[in-house]
Amino acid sequence: MAVQNVSFDIKPGEIFGVLGPNGSGKSTLIRMISTLLIPDEGTVEVFGHNTERDSGKVRALINRVSVEASFFKKLSALENLLFTAGIYGINKKEAKKILYEIFEKIGLEKNRISDPLEDFSRGMQQKVSIARAFLSAPKLLLLDEPTTGLDPRAKIEVQALIDEVKETHGTTILLTTHDMYEAEQLCSRVSILHKGKIRKQGFVEALKAEVPKNKNGIVTLEDVFLHYTGEELNEKDYSEIVREVS
Amino acid sequence: MQLVLRELRASWAFVERNFNLIKRYWKWELVFFAYTVANSVTMGFIGKGVESFSGAVVDVNYLILYMLIGSILWGYLSILFEIVAETVAWERWEGTIEYTFMSPVSRATHLLSVCWFSILYGLLRSGLILLFVSWFFQLSLSKANIAAAGGILAVGSLSFIGLGMIAAIMPLISPEKGVQVVHIFQALLLMFSGVYYEVEVLPLWMQKVAMISPATYALKGMREAILEGQPFPALSNYTLPLLLMGAIMLPVGIMAFGKMEKHAKIKGLLKRNG
Repeated sequence: MAVQNVSFDIKPGEIFGVLGPNGSGKSTLIRMISTLLIPDEGTVEVFGHNTERDSGKVRALINRVSVEASFFKKLSALENLLFTAGIYGINKKEAKKILYEIFEKIGLEKNRISDPLEDFSRGMQQKVSIARAFLSAPKLLLLDEPTTGLDPRAKIEVQALIDEVKETHGTTILLTTHDMYEAEQLCSRVSILHKGKIRKQGFVEALKAEVPKNKNGIVTLEDVFLHYTGEELNEKDYSEIVREVS
Repeated sequence: MQLVLRELRASWAFVERNFNLIKRYWKWELVFFAYTVANSVTMGFIGKGVESFSGAVVDVNYLILYMLIGSILWGYLSILFEIVAETVAWERWEGTIEYTFMSPVSRATHLLSVCWFSILYGLLRSGLILLFVSWFFQLSLSKANIAAAGGILAVGSLSFIGLGMIAAIMPLISPEKGVQVVHIFQALLLMFSGVYYEVEVLPLWMQKVAMISPATYALKGMREAILEGQPFPALSNYTLPLLLMGAIMLPVGIMAFGKMEKHAKIKGLLKRNG
């Protein structure tokens, strides 16, 4: 079982973090909220709508960025994004206006948008993936390790954009990550997911206050994770190493 | 009104995306077109050869056209089923299926739009093949009612779309082999429907199956239109059963796909990895 007895509420306009290593059930959780996976037991509600019964209503409110940027790789970035705009019912003129604003914010070069996505680096593809998620102005944004594979500069740009979206649009965000610094910067509350179960949940500062100081005399989120799971968070599994090497 | 507009935009997005994909793969499209032409020409030569090995005097022009219609329907169904099934297989391969299924577009709009594109593309290719093979064998189409044949194909497509949606379930279950299964499904359908022969030559039990196949009526109607020059209104013996079958198969196809989508969501079959 990928996740078990997982229960949490996210407040509107909040950035809620789910922290866990690879294989902890973060992506399964995101898929359940995205209506892509029906849980064996229990319910998932998004703004009061059940993800199984009111799937259509939920889908109109959400969008997602996953760790792997999935696109029609032979098509250009613009063709892929205009397809997304179409299936979300956004007209082309409006979509292009929104997209050019997003491109500027995330540092995506305009002269590359007509190139096939197969010619893009992984980081660039991930930026297009982020543009796709922001395009539909979702009320709930599901970010499944959105900055994995990005260079430090792009990572900062994306993190700033996430923060801006929350501030200006009041978007509710669920962020899964194993980047503790990112979680600390962006999230008000976090949940520690380990082997499919929630080990601890709460406000970042409150969780840090509950854990003994490390050898440097401070407490980081990594210390919190270690305390409640007994494992290092930033251990990279084999698949991630392979992905980074390739 | 807003909902209708949203679905129309979504529908156009699917058509445009498939057009863009064909544009990017145009060289492969040429290769597959050449393959279909080769099949049709081969069928034409079989028609031409009948006289030499049977010794009987036959209307070669009629026979070649008769075989050609079977070949055209074969090619048309290949396009229709392949585009619908491949769209699902392709989306699974690229990992985009999760994003498409997560969008607010209704599944009926999604599937019907892909089918709509495949009908347009299939009609275009079938017309080109008919023209090319007619020119190759110097066939006379003076008597043929091409518009009526196109009309029959369009009416028959309602049922074919329903079957195409059922076929699209295969790659949802097995992305590796699902599309190949669609070809088997298509071959069986045409075998029962008199693709290169009259259904009367089939064993009785196969003739009974042929009665519930839309391809049987599409083939008969197209042959009457092209070989006898029958106008569209005179083909009601074929259009009415096709409309009736379409009215049943279209919603059945959408429902079957919906059921399998739910199954895929319970079993976690949509994800590529992660």
